[in-house]
Amino acid sequence: MLKVTYVWEWPVRITHWVNVISIVVLSVTGYYIGDPFITVQSTDQYVMGWMRAIHFAFAYAFSLSILVRLIWAIFGNEYAKFKAFFPWASKEGWKHIVGTFCYYTFLKKELPHAVGHNALAGMAYSGVFVLFMVQVVTGFALYGQFAPGSGWDNVFGSLLVTFGAQGMRLTHHVVMWLLIGFSIHHVYSGWLMDIKEKNGTLGSIFGGYKFVEREDN
Amino acid sequence: MKDLKAPTPVSIPEETLRKAEARGVSRRDFIKFCTATTATLALPMTLVPKVAQAVEDNRVPVIWVEYQSCSGDSEAFLRSNQPTAGDIILDFISLEYSEVVMAAAGHLAEEAKHAAMKKYAGKYVLVVEGSIPTGDGGVYCTTGGISAVDSCKELVKNAAATICVGSCSSFGGIPAAAPNPTGAVSVMDLVPGAPIINLPGCPVNAQNFTATVVHFLTFGSLPATDRLGRPKFGYGKRIHDNCERRGHFDAGQYAEAFGDAAHRDGHCLYKLGCKGPETFHNCPTVRYNEGVSWPVMSGHGCIGCSEPQFWDTMTPFYRRLPKVPGFGVEASVDKIGLGLAAATAVAFGAHGVMSAVRGGDKSDKD
Repeated sequence: MLKVTYVWEWPVRITHWVNVISIVVLSVTGYYIGDPFITVQSTDQYVMGWMRAIHFAFAYAFSLSILVRLIWAIFGNEYAKFKAFFPWASKEGWKHIVGTFCYYTFLKKELPHAVGHNALAGMAYSGVFVLFMVQVVTGFALYGQFAPGSGWDNVFGSLLVTFGAQGMRLTHHVVMWLLIGFSIHHVYSGWLMDIKEKNGTLGSIFGGYKFVEREDN
Repeated sequence: MKDLKAPTPVSIPEETLRKAEARGVSRRDFIKFCTATTATLALPMTLVPKVAQAVEDNRVPVIWVEYQSCSGDSEAFLRSNQPTAGDIILDFISLEYSEVVMAAAGHLAEEAKHAAMKKYAGKYVLVVEGSIPTGDGGVYCTTGGISAVDSCKELVKNAAATICVGSCSSFGGIPAAAPNPTGAVSVMDLVPGAPIINLPGCPVNAQNFTATVVHFLTFGSLPATDRLGRPKFGYGKRIHDNCERRGHFDAGQYAEAFGDAAHRDGHCLYKLGCKGPETFHNCPTVRYNEGVSWPVMSGHGCIGCSEPQFWDTMTPFYRRLPKVPGFGVEASVDKIGLGLAAATAVAFGAHGVMSAVRGGDKSDKD
């Protein structure tokens, strides 16, 4: 008997999809800014101008989305709370980490029961959140250079002295590739879990509901 | 009603102009010098008379020392023509000591330096060119048996203000580039907390140096600085944001190789590794050699010479990004990243195949 459980509340789903769109748009425009692969011959074009404008607009959308999600990690349901991202903080969580790891590495054939994120996924997302923050901080620090002594330069400008503008730029670039790698892994494991857990994992990020075994609850 | 847009008429007092003329500087040259310097300092034109007066009335003693340097900054300054160095600058400062231009040599020169330091203690302006080697007890640079470390510390402490000209004295520059064999440091790092202003650049722009001195003469203080100790008037804006090729950048017009059609048409040098987007300097507006030209104008990208540790952080000069530590010189971050993404896809693809063929999963039995 399956129980229909409301797992992902609407702020979780909305921020998830804002992040997806932002990461795609930011990666494409960001790659162009780093390595302009379209070169035009006419001065009446504005390719780099638009790429940068879009990059900055989505940077704000992405940052706002992260902020909302962080706030929701305080007020949201148990699957959205900070606790879900730090399974290693509890003994029960450790059991889940080891169990999930053994399943993923084909050492065991049984997957520990999880309604929200499994233990390894939760851990991965806490790491991804750190990468998100790195992108936001390095991005706005570099952006702030156009107006020294005001706005974003006052917030993050001192980091440019500590790490150097080129160091920040390289980091911003490397983390983009790490996030692309994460996205590949993320879609794959979502798909795998959809097959193995048979609980509608992939559909749940659209509608919010999962089908959970009643006896497991 | 008074037209508010009309410029306020300003004039330099006749007496000041006569004094300049008496010293062999034509009034035209003197007015040009005063207005150009006021403009460089980003001061309103109403301050031109004040600047003229200060230049005419004050003679500040200057001690110009060189440590690990190539004398490039002295050269840039002496060969400047716009503020005619020989005619005006050397006239309104009293150059007490300078290795490059002084007539004295040996112990006589050293004595002159010491005498000037004692006589004008707390009043002179110290100009430092070159970095200071601190390694192995400072043996790598000595003058008259005194190490650069000791000499610099003493001179800075007795100075009213210290102006670091060039990237070496400002940030360590080329001598401090990795692996920094002599342990070279900047004046700021050697004597923290002293009134020091940094005028980095390789070489320093004579116009910025002159303006800094004039600011000191006019207001008795050093101009406002950014977080790296550089005057905001000269280093407050990014090269990229004032670049004459900026329109080509925004449009998407880039030179791909030196000498290609886009390069000959003056398109943006971004893809040739121009470091204008990470360098703060007034090169695009002030330019070098009496405003004749500057690197980007003559077709070569900026190499970021006025930024800290530029030899380490701005290289490779012909690439956008630094090389990734631990990878070969030919591996750009994008090649590595693409490899990473491909490896991820392959790894999870293999995992998927394995998951599909493996039987006996608990979930399969439900």
